[in-house]
Amino acid sequence: MTAASEAGQPAVPAPGRPEPRHGLRIFLIWLVASAIADPLIWFLLGPHMPPGAMSSSAAHQQTTINVMAVMSVPVMLFVLVYSGYALVVWRHREGDEEDGPPIHGNARISATWIVATAVIVLGLFVYGTVELIAPAGAGAGEGPTPIWKPGGTPLQVQVIAQQWVFTYRYPQFGGVETPQLVLPEGQFVQFNVTSLDVIHSWWAYQLGVKADANPDVNNVAYTKPGQLGTFRVRCAELCGLWHGAMTNVGYVVTAAQFQSWATATETRLAAVTKNLPPYSTTYDANAISTLGKVPTELGMNGAGGGFYGPQVPVQP
Amino acid sequence: MAIEIQREKAQEPVGRGPGAPRPARPWWMRPAIHTGLIGAVLGYLLGHWLGNFLASGYQQISTADENDMAIVLGYALATVGWLAGMGVFNDLIRQMLGRPLRTGEEEAEAASGLARYFRFSLDHKVVGMQYLVGMIIYFLVGGLFAMAIRTELLSPTYHVLSSSAYLMVVGEHGTMMIMMMSSIILGPFGNYFVPLMIGAKRVAFPRIEALSFWLTPAAFLILLSGVLFGGFPTGWTGYAPLSIQATQGMDAYAVAFGLMGCSLILAGFNIIVTVINYRAPGMRWSRLPIFVWSMAATSFLMVLAAPVLVGGMYMMLTDRTAQTAFFTHDLGGSTYLYQNLFWFFGHPEVYILALPGFGIVLELLPVFCRKPLFGYRVAAAGMIGVTLLSFFVWQHHLFVSGINPAMRPLFMLTTELISIPTGFIFLVAMGTFWKAKIRFTVPMLFALGMLFNFLIGGVTGVFLSDVPADTTEHGSFFSMAHFHYTIMGALIFAFMAGIYYWLPKMMGIKLNQTLGKIHFWTMFLFFNSTFLPLFAVGLLGQPRRVFEYARQLQTLNDWVSISAFLLGGSILIFVINFVWSAVIVREREEGNPWRSRGLEWQVASPPPPENFARIPVVLSAPYEYGVPDAPPVADLNPPVGVVASALNHVTAGAPS
Repeated sequence: MTAASEAGQPAVPAPGRPEPRHGLRIFLIWLVASAIADPLIWFLLGPHMPPGAMSSSAAHQQTTINVMAVMSVPVMLFVLVYSGYALVVWRHREGDEEDGPPIHGNARISATWIVATAVIVLGLFVYGTVELIAPAGAGAGEGPTPIWKPGGTPLQVQVIAQQWVFTYRYPQFGGVETPQLVLPEGQFVQFNVTSLDVIHSWWAYQLGVKADANPDVNNVAYTKPGQLGTFRVRCAELCGLWHGAMTNVGYVVTAAQFQSWATATETRLAAVTKNLPPYSTTYDANAISTLGKVPTELGMNGAGGGFYGPQVPVQP
Repeated sequence: MAIEIQREKAQEPVGRGPGAPRPARPWWMRPAIHTGLIGAVLGYLLGHWLGNFLASGYQQISTADENDMAIVLGYALATVGWLAGMGVFNDLIRQMLGRPLRTGEEEAEAASGLARYFRFSLDHKVVGMQYLVGMIIYFLVGGLFAMAIRTELLSPTYHVLSSSAYLMVVGEHGTMMIMMMSSIILGPFGNYFVPLMIGAKRVAFPRIEALSFWLTPAAFLILLSGVLFGGFPTGWTGYAPLSIQATQGMDAYAVAFGLMGCSLILAGFNIIVTVINYRAPGMRWSRLPIFVWSMAATSFLMVLAAPVLVGGMYMMLTDRTAQTAFFTHDLGGSTYLYQNLFWFFGHPEVYILALPGFGIVLELLPVFCRKPLFGYRVAAAGMIGVTLLSFFVWQHHLFVSGINPAMRPLFMLTTELISIPTGFIFLVAMGTFWKAKIRFTVPMLFALGMLFNFLIGGVTGVFLSDVPADTTEHGSFFSMAHFHYTIMGALIFAFMAGIYYWLPKMMGIKLNQTLGKIHFWTMFLFFNSTFLPLFAVGLLGQPRRVFEYARQLQTLNDWVSISAFLLGGSILIFVINFVWSAVIVREREEGNPWRSRGLEWQVASPPPPENFARIPVVLSAPYEYGVPDAPPVADLNPPVGVVASALNHVTAGAPS
């Protein structure tokens, strides 16, 4: 679009006038467009780029998305400016029945293009790898044996997914299971995500954490909440009938508030906890029926236990 | 001389045995769609009875009141009955009984009139037309499901569809579009034009080619029949264990997808052998039209990737019927096994959907730029590079699944590397624009639209390949918008370019250009206004396949839904144009309206039954526009002896 307006109407050069330097013109238009677009993205859009900066992993994801936008917009602009310029300047004109110049290729231009794209791509790969390792796996589920871990002892939170509800167990607080997710600010959290039935995906949007919940697999993800507030949890993997309604809200509170909440919940739910199977990273099919009853006992409506028992899927 | 005789003979249909032709039967006795349908019904009843006979004693079947064994066997035997009724096995049986095969005369009789399009025809041009009409029907049906999805998403809370009906619609739309559309270019244009473009009279395996088509109506109807069972809840990916838990509709999904996988293998195999062995003398690899390169690359992907899909579907079916436990963790299986199998097919699959688009666009650009293709070798190398790399990227679909974290940097690297050969396509296109004389015909507009859409689709793909960024984007509307840009935006736009470019050749009629331009501009505009906002919707946290979403996203979703309805209206303009021009008006198109140098344009429109009176001798590359004293692309009536000399000499203008 830029090309169309700025290139104007450089019609076929009048006889005697030298052919304009198309390459230079395209380059200049592209340079100006990129010089305007990139700062706009970085400074104006960047701070608001999802998923925000509520946790360490979210902040790294925000930066990564911004860096990739700043890298890719000039590439897109180059293709668009060049093509727009070409479509305007080199369009077919009425009455001109001749063919274009027989250019079969240009080894130098091809090589430059290939080297340039390779450099960009490899740069992005190196940057992506750094951003994957630095914030302890970038909030993505790392499976049962994570290789990128934070230092210290993180708070353990188990995410139990089932059709169609998420519940949470805190093994450091007597293995209490609650439907509320409360996290302390400023401390690394280790989410142990597992499922009782089909595959779900636990997506804490503002925290920048996403980990598939697989039956019989412990999928570990780390993050460090950095701001107080609420965040939304949704299921991001199609898991059946009420997948679209599988959502809840989590809270990031101060460390002191968290301590008092956690100990109070541990006492309040002691009777329910007694009936639970002992805490474990995964639960086998026989434990599912007891675990599945917990949401009902906790007064949650809808799913939980009733729909899903050890009889489904059919075991021979 | 000797060589020429051999070549001519090699192109005759094989197996013409001795024996008098048998008397012709009345039309309703000869195999066609109606006998196929009878065979399908009989086969289903037989299979259903057999399944009940075998498995009704299973405990879970008597409690759950559903016998998957009966349904799967019903589908399987219905397919066999359909093919038998169509006469697919007739030649096989004749050969086994030592009877003469269909003779050329019989074939010519079957190949006359409209009826041949409803029969098991061995003419690659008939199969191409069958594919064309079939694919348009499948596409329209899949599109109607998309309209239903967008209707439900008009409101975050109010429900037009029940949650189970919504999942059914999502699953049917996704599966219909991904699996049936795999052949949308290779089926019609690949089968029709590859022999014409390489100067062959026929394809290598006409029976395999025809079988590959006649499997698609079976797959289509079986997939649709899932609606009768309430659909399947898994979307197009069919992840276990949800697919093991699901009810009978899932059987329809697995059988249909497996059948379509078989169809892809057969179609690809035929194209590969045809391209390698049936090129006319002088059609060197360096002169092969770029569209043929893309068809060959796609075919290799199909032949190598689809068997994995067929295996995965087979395992899912045995898990559902015979109680194997391939995907049950407790019993020694693994849910990751299904994900690996599915995406090992699934990622080459998206290049099965992308490469034909590259091929058509690069084939069209030189014609409408009136210039040679810039960097022919680079274009071919790009396609081969994409083909090779696409087998090494599948785990980027599993970045958050918990599988193998150590492999993530590797799959991030391979995924990002694939943007280098994809970038070749843009280099070639942009190089071809340089100082060209660009004609904005309808096919050219669609080709340019494809490049624009694929640019956005490709760049957002790089975002998804990066693990930290993907953690937010995975499973959200962002990835959904991305692959709609690469499939709808690239493949379907390229398909439309192909229709407007080649339909005059295939049917000998003119398509209305004014309606075509209205079709392009509405489709381009509404496509972008449908899918561009979905990137934002995804980044703002809306997961895929939900029927309820955050209230603050309603404005964006309503905008998208209304655009989607308008996009549907634009497709309707295409249908009207197609029916108006090809059925009602039928204005004749003679000769070569685009002044193309392509070999397919050097014969009459529509091409004669055997394509070429004699095997042509290819004299130069197809894109030599503007080259002073370039020889014609081929000698269509080579004098005797020239074939041998063209084989021996290497220079372009050998025959004097």
